[in-house]
Amino acid sequence: MEKKDHIISILVYNKPDVLARIAGTLGGKGYNIDSLCVNTTTQKDISKIVMTTSGSQATVTRIENQLQRLVDVISVDDLTNVESLHREMVLVRLNRTAQNTEAVKDAIDANKWKVILSGDTFVIIEITGDKTQIDFALARLEPFGMADITRTGLVALKLED
Amino acid sequence: MKLKGTQVLLEVLKEEKVEIIFGYPGGAVLDIYDELYKSDFRHILVRHEQGAVHAADGYARATGKVGVCLVTSGPGATNTVTGIATANMDSIPLVVFTGQVPTGLIGNDAFQECDITGITRPCTKHNFLVRTIEELAATIKEAFHIARSGRPGPVLVDLPKNIMAAQIDYDPAAVRIRNHEAVYKPAPKKMANVLEMLARAQKPLIMTGGGVILGRAAEELTRLARRYRIPVTGTLMGLGSFPASDSLWLGMLGMHGTYYANMAVSTCDLLLAVGVRFDDRVTGTIDTFAANAKIVHIDIDPSSINKNVTVDLPIIGDTKAALADLLRFLEEHHYEPESAARRDWLAEIDEWREKAPLTYCQNGEIIKPQFVIQTLSNLTGGDALITTEVGQNQMWTAQFFGFDRPNSFITSGGLGTMGFGLPAAIGVKSAFPDRQVVDIAGDGSIQMNIQELATAAQYNIAVKVVLLNNGYLGMVRQWQELFYEKRYSHTDMTYAPDFVKLAEAFGVAGLRATKPGEVEDVLRQGLAMDKPVLMDFRVSREECVYPMVHPGESISQMALGTREMIN
Ligand SMILES: Cc1ncc(C[n+]2csc(CCOP(=O)(O)OP(=O)(O)O)c2C)c(N)n1
Repeated sequence: MEKKDHIISILVYNKPDVLARIAGTLGGKGYNIDSLCVNTTTQKDISKIVMTTSGSQATVTRIENQLQRLVDVISVDDLTNVESLHREMVLVRLNRTAQNTEAVKDAIDANKWKVILSGDTFVIIEITGDKTQIDFALARLEPFGMADITRTGLVALKLED
Repeated sequence: MKLKGTQVLLEVLKEEKVEIIFGYPGGAVLDIYDELYKSDFRHILVRHEQGAVHAADGYARATGKVGVCLVTSGPGATNTVTGIATANMDSIPLVVFTGQVPTGLIGNDAFQECDITGITRPCTKHNFLVRTIEELAATIKEAFHIARSGRPGPVLVDLPKNIMAAQIDYDPAAVRIRNHEAVYKPAPKKMANVLEMLARAQKPLIMTGGGVILGRAAEELTRLARRYRIPVTGTLMGLGSFPASDSLWLGMLGMHGTYYANMAVSTCDLLLAVGVRFDDRVTGTIDTFAANAKIVHIDIDPSSINKNVTVDLPIIGDTKAALADLLRFLEEHHYEPESAARRDWLAEIDEWREKAPLTYCQNGEIIKPQFVIQTLSNLTGGDALITTEVGQNQMWTAQFFGFDRPNSFITSGGLGTMGFGLPAAIGVKSAFPDRQVVDIAGDGSIQMNIQELATAAQYNIAVKVVLLNNGYLGMVRQWQELFYEKRYSHTDMTYAPDFVKLAEAFGVAGLRATKPGEVEDVLRQGLAMDKPVLMDFRVSREECVYPMVHPGESISQMALGTREMIN
């Protein structure tokens, strides 16, 4: 069966160990979590988890069913085939040297990258976008030698209910 | 009213109509035990916390109510894990209370601290660490509700010592919990599908499982089978959900199922699977399982659907409600099976039945284990509540006892926990003091929780242990005989206590039979005693459980037996 990436949006009661339960359930049954984002929603006792995983449709259905069994899970939604917006963010620290200062500046201007902090020896850039945009930006940044990066998991939002 | 945490606990247990607590005290639960001392709660002091959980589990399986345990923190809590995992695999409703160090010390590696909610997360339906006195009552109430609703299961509640000592103004009417009940929505379209499939089928078969017993749906299932003359097979967990004495009953299917049940599954063109999860011991190789059949699968848990076997028509819901819905629909639409086709199908099954009935050969001077079970079944008129240990004793019981009623066969199916049977029997007998309760045991398994004989003796809980003593870890030996050229690596248990003397040392009666002629007498004598009894039957040492589907084979390919069995 065809394997593909799936985006799963999970509403949960905001209990202390709910994340451990979700990670444990999936890990214990041999499923992978590729990325994960968690935070509260407009209701303070409810959190939303957006998770990406890959597998066949049957595997993903099994994952959804396993999650649905958890007492603190309110709903599980596969956003893969519904209209939704996707964003990730990455923070990149580039080392600034006498040799590359000009080139870095040019690249930042040309790509309209957002600099959130710069010092004598470094510059920190923030990039948001969907997966392709981020991958593209990272490829562009590659030649400058990225000292460190932190990339969030994917967040997704349905266009309508 | 102003109450301490310990008092709130007992109040809620009363509200939940808890009759018995199986438990074992320790430092972290001293306050709770002090409260118990002042109350009139029935508490049974086991000899090992694993025994407490199995006893609560046996109680739950026999009564359909939630079983309750209470143990201390640290080692008391970790000792419950095997029992909890056992209940979890078989979806048995339990609430297990564990003591915990005071909240201020959690995380400090305090004396007898352990992260029991972390440890049991994968083997409970849900668990709670109570963090404040305010949430105590609602948490306990919710634990009971979760344990018994939907697909049942064990719930653990961890109770820090300081919270049990704290005070609160307790108002039962103010306690609010979330609802976890699964509501069955009638599904007329699906029912129409089933009707159509039934009308088209020439060879329908019902497969009943533990979900029918847990869902209290045995009556509906039996009505469906009898009304439309559909033969029935069952999983280990489903035994008792359809009367074994009925001619439509084919016995258990799967690895040690009957030849005719397995042939029927392999040949049927419509399989109505109710409350089952298609365990690998049942299906054999998946791709040949019910290969000629359309499969309808009724189960309360969506995660069971298409997990192991891909089905044609899933119906998600409570087995009782779904079967009632189906019965009503078939009646309203005047479904009648085509009688000639049904006659042919039942005749075909009867031919398999005649070709390879369940059998054994009791000849000579050595007791056959199957003979003991059959004699026990005859003597009790099938009316006893039976628990088993794990291994050959369990399979022979499933094959030869013949269960006519639900909740009467109590066995660790999913986890296969040796040491389950004796404490489980104690739990059953404490719920049904007037019924005959028998643990059919092996000599390996019984030694895993034999200390519980002391519990039985202390409270005069008159359980009967029928020990099929073959001096081997018999089921493992069987596999070594069949698949490892008889290299009996570490399965010889000849070095064992004298079980009769051991029973007596515990204050329990001990009896022994060494010859076939003594079997009935010993059983009669043991069953008649109004106290716990261990009956040591010295049985044929190298008897194998047949028929058998070899691992990795299709269930239509059964090894029927060897040597003297079919002589
Ligand atoms: C706790 C536990 N440990 C190990 C096993 C593996 N096992 C399955 S059956 C069996 C042998 C059981 O021997 P006995 O209780 O003497 O029963 P018999 O098969 O001889 O009837 C063993 C060791 C198990 N099921 N449970």
